[in-house]
Parts: sequence; structure tokens; C-alpha cells
Amino acid sequence: MGAQLRVYKRRIRSVTATKKITKAMEMIAASRVVKAQRKVAASTPYARELTRAVTAVGTGSNTKHPLTTEAENPARVAVLLLTSDRGLAGAFNANAIKAAEQLTERLEREGKQVETYIVGRRGVAHYNFRERKVAETFTGFTDEPSYADAKKVAAPLIEALQTETADGGVDELHIVYTEFVSMMTQTAVDSRMLPLRLDEVAEKTSTKGEILPLFDFEPSAEDVLDALLPRYVESRIYNALLQSAASKHAATRRAMKSATDNAGELINTLSRLANAARQAEITQEISEIVGGASALADANAGSDN
Amino acid sequence: MAAELHVALVAADREVWSGEATLVVARTTSGDIGVMPGHQPLLGVLESGPVTIRTREGGTVVAAVHGGFISFADDKLSLLAETAELSDEIDVKSVEQELARAKAEDDPEAERRADVRLRAATAGR
Repeated sequence: MGAQLRVYKRRIRSVTATKKITKAMEMIAASRVVKAQRKVAASTPYARELTRAVTAVGTGSNTKHPLTTEAENPARVAVLLLTSDRGLAGAFNANAIKAAEQLTERLEREGKQVETYIVGRRGVAHYNFRERKVAETFTGFTDEPSYADAKKVAAPLIEALQTETADGGVDELHIVYTEFVSMMTQTAVDSRMLPLRLDEVAEKTSTKGEILPLFDFEPSAEDVLDALLPRYVESRIYNALLQSAASKHAATRRAMKSATDNAGELINTLSRLANAARQAEITQEISEIVGGASALADANAGSDN
Repeated sequence: MAAELHVALVAADREVWSGEATLVVARTTSGDIGVMPGHQPLLGVLESGPVTIRTREGGTVVAAVHGGFISFADDKLSLLAETAELSDEIDVKSVEQELARAKAEDDPEAERRADVRLRAATAGR
């Protein structure tokens, strides 16, 4: 076998191996998307009921609570950025980080100091590499987040919200995550979680127009709100984590699919080149044989004379 | 026909139980509360404790609930809990072990959780 042909054969083998790997990753991601979507669906009843309850307390009582009232001059805000632990997901993390950076810029223009909280190793690495200040980071669970993980993330945020701004607390809480729209579309979105905008909450749960009954609070409206809002934050963060996980898997699936397609194309091109090289080799051998034979014939013809 | 309660018991990550009931008893921070059809709209904070649901068919569903809320309006009752387990989902043996461990480690919160689960499991049998 000629050197050229051997090189092509070797490259085909290596690309075939890569293709097998990316194909497997694609299928794993595809099955994980379905699982993550199911988890999103399973968490919806809780989130819906909780939002209803929050709306009920918020609109049905005149309670003033630090988590529902807007600060007059919000000086410090927290931004929670959800990324993934692992890459190989196309522009998934880049988009989320970009959205967070735009939000940060906007908030800083408004004269607010931004405290960044990050979930996921990719986001942490991005911020550490640029030596930006990060308030807190959480890693290790982005593929399959559990409610306990959401609680872990929510705890320092809730604490910061309940602390006075002068003592290092924050006035607002924003979250940046990747919304799972469909298998093909995932968009990085940012939204303000707290203080609550009740009309917005009502709109999201399509309870708008529905007249909420006058609730009897047990033990009291303040206590209910006190207990309710941390749960609300947790549930929102849990939902965002799940959506982010589903989006990440969908992005991985798409990235791996195009990698598999590219590998297939490369294999085709290389096979053609290898065939051409083999053919060229054969042609050359034939012409060498023919050339050699005719040279022999000429020599013999010469000696006969 | 008597009025009915539409009950939904949901945990953070799943719907645990839903159906029609005639009476629901749950433990709020200020004591046990029983809700029957036609109760006035209510929103309360739940303690960790057992929740008893008397179903339309006359059966009883008991669940161990840890932290959460009860909200009732228009004969629709939702019980929101961070974690909730039906009594027949609870493995008594493992809970007993957990209880013993919590006692040994002097962890009152874990002890209470295990205790609630154990009581719910035995009440549902």
C-alpha cells in the first residue's frame, strides 16, 4: 500500500471512532432531554399552586414585606447566573454568560452594585479567568438538579435579601437562565425575581381576571408571607435549574448531531480521496509494468537483430 | 349529594396525591385544622406532621408532610409541601433505623422528621 493511501485510511479510522463517540453522546443527550422535560412538568403543579398562593397574599393583604416592596433606591442587586458544569453544548454557556453580562452592564448603568452568584463550572471558569468578583458559586449538580440543590442555591440569596443593604444585603434579585422553548430553540433570558411584580406573576399563571377570594390567614398574613416567599424563591430557582438542564441537554444533542454529521461528511470525502489514491497507485503500477515490458521487448528486439 | 373537596397534595418535584375528599386534617403552626367542603378561604403554614385525607369512597389517605402550605378556596384544597410521602410509600424499617440514628446523633430535626413519617406510616395501616 502506498504512503498516501495509508494516511487516508488512518484518518478514516480515527474519524469513524470520533463519529461513534459523538453519536453516542447525541443519543445520551436526547434521552436526558426527555427526562429533564419530565422533571420540569412534574414540578409545575407545585410552582403553580405556590404562585397562586403568593399572589393571593400579595394582593389580599396590605402586608409590607421586604421581599415584596420595592426599595426606593436599590443600591445593590444580586444576579444569579445558571450555566452548566460541562461544555460540548454549542453556544449554550456563551449565550447565558453574554445575557448575564448585558444585564450586569445595564444594572451598573442604573447605578447599582452587582453581586454575582454563579451555578455551573463553565460560568465559574469564565468569571475566574477574567478575575471578576463572584459572591458565591455552586457546582456539581447542573445535569440533574434536585430540589435540595435549589434550596442550597437559594439559601444565601434569601439571606442576602433579608439583610439590610448597609450591612451587605441586596435589594433585588435577578436570575439569568436558559429557557427551554422547544427541542430546537433555547433562549437565554433574564428576569427579576424579587421584589415581586404581582401583576406579572398573575399574568404568567393566567390567574389574571380571576377574582381571588378573601383568604383567612393562619396564623397571620405576615407569617404566611414570611414562610411563603423563601419557598417561592426556591421553587423559581428549581424551575430555572431544571429548564437550564433541559436546555443544556438539548444544546448538547444538537452540537453532537452536527459533529456526527460533519464526521460522516469527512469520512465520505476521505473515502473518495483514498479511492482516488488507490486508483492512482494502480494506474501507476500498470504504467510501470507496461513501460517495463515494452522496454524489455525493445531490448530483446534489439539483441535479436 | 354532599359537596366535595378537590384535593391536590403536591411536593416540590411531583404530584403526590389528588382526588375527591370529604375531610382533610392537617397540622398548621397554630394547631391541627380540619377542612370540610364549604370552609372559608384559608391560607396557612404547615408544620411537619401527618396529613389525613378522608376520601369520598370512605377510605383514608395518610401522608407525612414536611413544611409547606395549605390553601383552600372554592372547594379546592391544595397542600404544598417540600417533601411529602404517602403512608404506603414509607418503608417502616428504614425509618426506624433513621429514627435510631437521629436519636444517637442528637439531631432533633431529623428525629422529628423520622417520627412524623413513622406515625404517618402506622396511622395509614
